[in-house]
Amino acid sequence: MEESVILREGYARLKKTRTVFIGGLLALLVILVGVAVTLGSAGFTVGESYLAILAGLFPETFTAPEMADVIVWDYRLHRVLFAVVAGFGLAVAGSVMQGILRNPLASPFTLGISSAAATGASVAIVLGAGFVGGEYLIIANAFLFALLASVAIYGMARYRGVSSETMILAGIALMYLFSAVTSLLQYVGTAEELQAVVFWMFGSVGKSTWPKLGLVTLVIACTVPYLIYRAWDLNALAEGDEVAAGLGVPVERSMMVFMMVASLITAVIICFTGTIGFIGLVAPHITRMAIGGDYRTLIPASGLVGAVLLLAADSVGRSILAPQVLPVGIVTAFLGVPFFIYLFMHRRDA
Amino acid sequence: MALLSVDDLSFAYRDRTVLSRISFSVDAGEVLGLVGPNGCGKTTLIKCVDGMLSPQEGKVVLGGRDLGGMHRREVARAMAYVPQSAGNQTASTVFETVLMGRRPYLNWTVSPGDEERVAAALDLLDLGGLAFRKVAELSGGERQRVMIARALVQETGVILLDEPTSNLDIRHQMAVMEVLHGLAEEKGLAVVIALHDLNLAATYCHRLLVLAEGSIYGYGAPEEVLTPEMLGSVYGIEAVVKQDLPAPYVVPVRPGRLKEGV
Repeated sequence: MEESVILREGYARLKKTRTVFIGGLLALLVILVGVAVTLGSAGFTVGESYLAILAGLFPETFTAPEMADVIVWDYRLHRVLFAVVAGFGLAVAGSVMQGILRNPLASPFTLGISSAAATGASVAIVLGAGFVGGEYLIIANAFLFALLASVAIYGMARYRGVSSETMILAGIALMYLFSAVTSLLQYVGTAEELQAVVFWMFGSVGKSTWPKLGLVTLVIACTVPYLIYRAWDLNALAEGDEVAAGLGVPVERSMMVFMMVASLITAVIICFTGTIGFIGLVAPHITRMAIGGDYRTLIPASGLVGAVLLLAADSVGRSILAPQVLPVGIVTAFLGVPFFIYLFMHRRDA
Repeated sequence: MALLSVDDLSFAYRDRTVLSRISFSVDAGEVLGLVGPNGCGKTTLIKCVDGMLSPQEGKVVLGGRDLGGMHRREVARAMAYVPQSAGNQTASTVFETVLMGRRPYLNWTVSPGDEERVAAALDLLDLGGLAFRKVAELSGGERQRVMIARALVQETGVILLDEPTSNLDIRHQMAVMEVLHGLAEEKGLAVVIALHDLNLAATYCHRLLVLAEGSIYGYGAPEEVLTPEMLGSVYGIEAVVKQDLPAPYVVPVRPGRLKEGV
């Protein structure tokens, strides 16, 4: 009986570590938001930034320093929050894909979804063709192509029998196909079009607006609680299809639902940002190393790690060559690649 | 009463028949060994019994109910399945991996009762000291015991295991089989194990079912089933079966050497 008490205490400690980790990330994120808002040509202190944020929320109680409220609310805050939300969503999508596909390399990037979005954007930029016209052409195309890619993965997996291998192979095949189409479009496009495609593919949160932020936040607010609610099914699926089936999980249906939800989150983010790699890959790995693989905590914690990483990368990108702004996609790649190499050099169980 | 019975079951992948008219039953407290050469349909049979594959004909009756009419969660409360490959790559600890066996009962939170059951199963399988190690870091034998512990906390009457002793040395093979045999006899579980090692099967199973090319070749106590004739026609080997030991023991002999006297 004593043994049982020791074991339960051990599990309680594990749960506490997770709570502390998530709490710490939240605190870090709040601080980072304040710091990120101060970055830019008009210099404020962190305190002034917070004051400006609070003044916008509670105008009765707080008054912002002159100009600070306009600059913070109209120019900086939505960008900073967009980085937070995009990083959160990409990391959650990555953690779900890695779990159901049981592959540490699975992410929106490696499964062809980002490539498909890039192709969609290229089609809009170079050919001017798309499903909706006007200023939303590029965004809508990127979004629809990203969903198209996941539907194609679904279709191929369905035909061949749903398993992690078929989905990964289908995803990799699509990634090459879409990359080739994008290259072709770049080849036939004019210099300006080529530049626009390349800029789109860099990935940036610079094009954010409050309505875009609202839409992405809405999608994440609707999907992430559902994923957390089904965390036990994700836990079981991460152990293998047969194990999950033996534990009563409807395997094929669940894999498809999770894949679609992860794709939707990805698509709604990258259609506004362009390709941001490595967040979806790296954030779940960092989180697993820190607090283990229980999806009940892995999902929110991965999201927070992703948010911190993307916001930090964007802040670095905004300040390192100031007043030039380096696209965040480039910064995340520079941060991500060394980590990626570290990962496969040091993984004991690889 | 039989906890599990399989009635006239047939299964085909497209037009290739894999299992044909299989019937057997397993009582509480019984260990049934499924033996037969590679590709004879052992794994397919286990997957049909667990409901992962749907047989074209026949039925599986679990605790008096037709498996076809049961919800997956109900099945998971009545029958646990330990698949062949224990290739666990997740970052989960032993404790959490075993806790996953409670999934058919959990809503979202883990109750103290769930934790108690996990602790008890870890204790029973001598895994207490490894509880907060990662499963991926364990040895093959330890990992196999983790999988069995997970099946135990599912609190089912029936446990199916596909090759639980492959990749284990003889000491760990015996340790795993001792645990399973003990569980069947002490807790009244019905245990079905697909095994390659005939001698291990003879030592620990109450009855053996010999599959050959998807059909039942023999079904009964080890001493009835393990005969030189069976080994000749099912496996195509020459062998002597020693009957003067606690369990029948198969000694394979090189082709043509048997007549020269052993």
